[in-house]
Amino acid sequence: MKKFIALCAAGLMALGSGAANAGEDSELVMNGVQYITKLKAPAGSPFDEVISGWRFRNNETQTLQTDDFANPAMIMAQYGEDLWNKAEGDAGKSCADCHGDASKSMKGLRATMPKWHEGKKTLMALEHHINWSREEHMKAKPWKWESPEMLGMTAYIGLQSRGMPVNVKTDGPVAEWYEKGKKLYYTRVGQLDMACAHCHENNTGNMIRADHLSQGQINGFPTYRLKWQGVGSIHRRFKGCMDNIRATPYKRGSEEFTALEVYLASRGNGLSVEAPSLRN
Amino acid sequence: MEMTRRDLFALAAGLAAVGLISLPADASEEAVKAAVEKFAGGMPKSGGVEIVAPEIAENGNTVPIEVAAAGATSILVLAAGNPNPGVATFHFSKMSAESRGATRIRLAKTQEVVAVAKMADGSTTMSRREVKVTIGGCGG
Amino acid sequence: MSNIKPRVKVPSTAKPGEAIVIKTLISHPMESGQRKGKDGKPIPRKIINKFVATYNGEEVFSADLLPAIAANPYIEFSLKLNESGTLKFVWTDDDGSTFDLENKIKVA
Repeated sequence: MKKFIALCAAGLMALGSGAANAGEDSELVMNGVQYITKLKAPAGSPFDEVISGWRFRNNETQTLQTDDFANPAMIMAQYGEDLWNKAEGDAGKSCADCHGDASKSMKGLRATMPKWHEGKKTLMALEHHINWSREEHMKAKPWKWESPEMLGMTAYIGLQSRGMPVNVKTDGPVAEWYEKGKKLYYTRVGQLDMACAHCHENNTGNMIRADHLSQGQINGFPTYRLKWQGVGSIHRRFKGCMDNIRATPYKRGSEEFTALEVYLASRGNGLSVEAPSLRN
Repeated sequence: MEMTRRDLFALAAGLAAVGLISLPADASEEAVKAAVEKFAGGMPKSGGVEIVAPEIAENGNTVPIEVAAAGATSILVLAAGNPNPGVATFHFSKMSAESRGATRIRLAKTQEVVAVAKMADGSTTMSRREVKVTIGGCGG
Repeated sequence: MSNIKPRVKVPSTAKPGEAIVIKTLISHPMESGQRKGKDGKPIPRKIINKFVATYNGEEVFSADLLPAIAANPYIEFSLKLNESGTLKFVWTDDDGSTFDLENKIKVA
């Protein structure tokens, strides 16, 4: 059995490294604005360059993101806009009643997520913040993490920061979360006994069968994945990776995934927010 | 790592066993022929339909394609390697600037996309184009 | 997603006889009937099977769609118009429900 697993893992890792991929040198321009999809890595980064997942896709997939009409994730953002203006819960309030015009009040928010919540004294992902506000201010039921409503709202709020550089803070009370996320990133788990780093650091740019391994940057989430034929959250992607290496995934919204999110997000500081993006 | 022949077989069996290799049923060549003949009322001439599609599709779930044939009143699109070959039929009119349509389709594996154009005089032409569909290493 | 939403991209003005490109997208899972659910039973087919565009009541483009069309069906086509009018789009679901949108185009 051990040999079988080793062979599977070797097969996954070894096939076709370094195959040419069409989109690597493309520049992402949307509505006339050039996005930062590649930058020189800061000191201490495991990479020479920090590269958005968009660059790892082929031309056809890249093009689907560049036109807001062609990008099916924009339907979700539109749905989020409807929800923004819809009163719900016992307080009879909508998001807009307190936050007004999302293009002003939510601008830049996604770029800072996950973010420390002073009231709750904990680190919270965008989804946590949304549900907190629903419960606290709207007296409404929280949304499920992967529900269309939550994905619509994160897509819509994310869109307000599109093009702004990721700027996630890891100091103060977030430092211990960052360290926890970093530890998770390098810890081997699952039957295949692999850590995040084995694919996304040691083998970034190589092919895993027919997939071009990215750095695992999360600046584009929520993202429309062709594989999912729909929009999904960062934590859904984490779960997918853990399933692939035959590990028992953590729960969406768990402390583990939130810690991993802050670690990964900070590694992408400086990349443009692409939410809601499109990937394969 | 050195791989022996035996190891390679074991690897293939292992990948198949964990569900990484799946082989969807193929539309038979007869099913494709039947669909073409039903639309065209016989076998069309070869060539003359433009098919724009990626050479290699990154994901078979969503493959952008475009078909065009000058003067066509309708174009039938088939995927010869899907479990069922039918994909779509576009119908044009005198208000069409061009007899051209684009959509996004599902391809179960590497296969030929077939497009048959019907002209105003009832004549038909058919083109085929191969699209390679990659199987990703990553699920999720 | 429970709420099925169509979107279209149509120019609001055009010159007579000028080629214009119409882009359409509707949020719909296009359940193929080929997949099995968690209980192992096949998920029944449920797709948008027909798309029709009319201009001032006259059909100008249509498409018959099968389960091999990707989720959130995208359809793009072109028109050349000689008079101002209303472009209407109708999508028909397997269950008989329809979704529609209208856009006015000024031709001058």
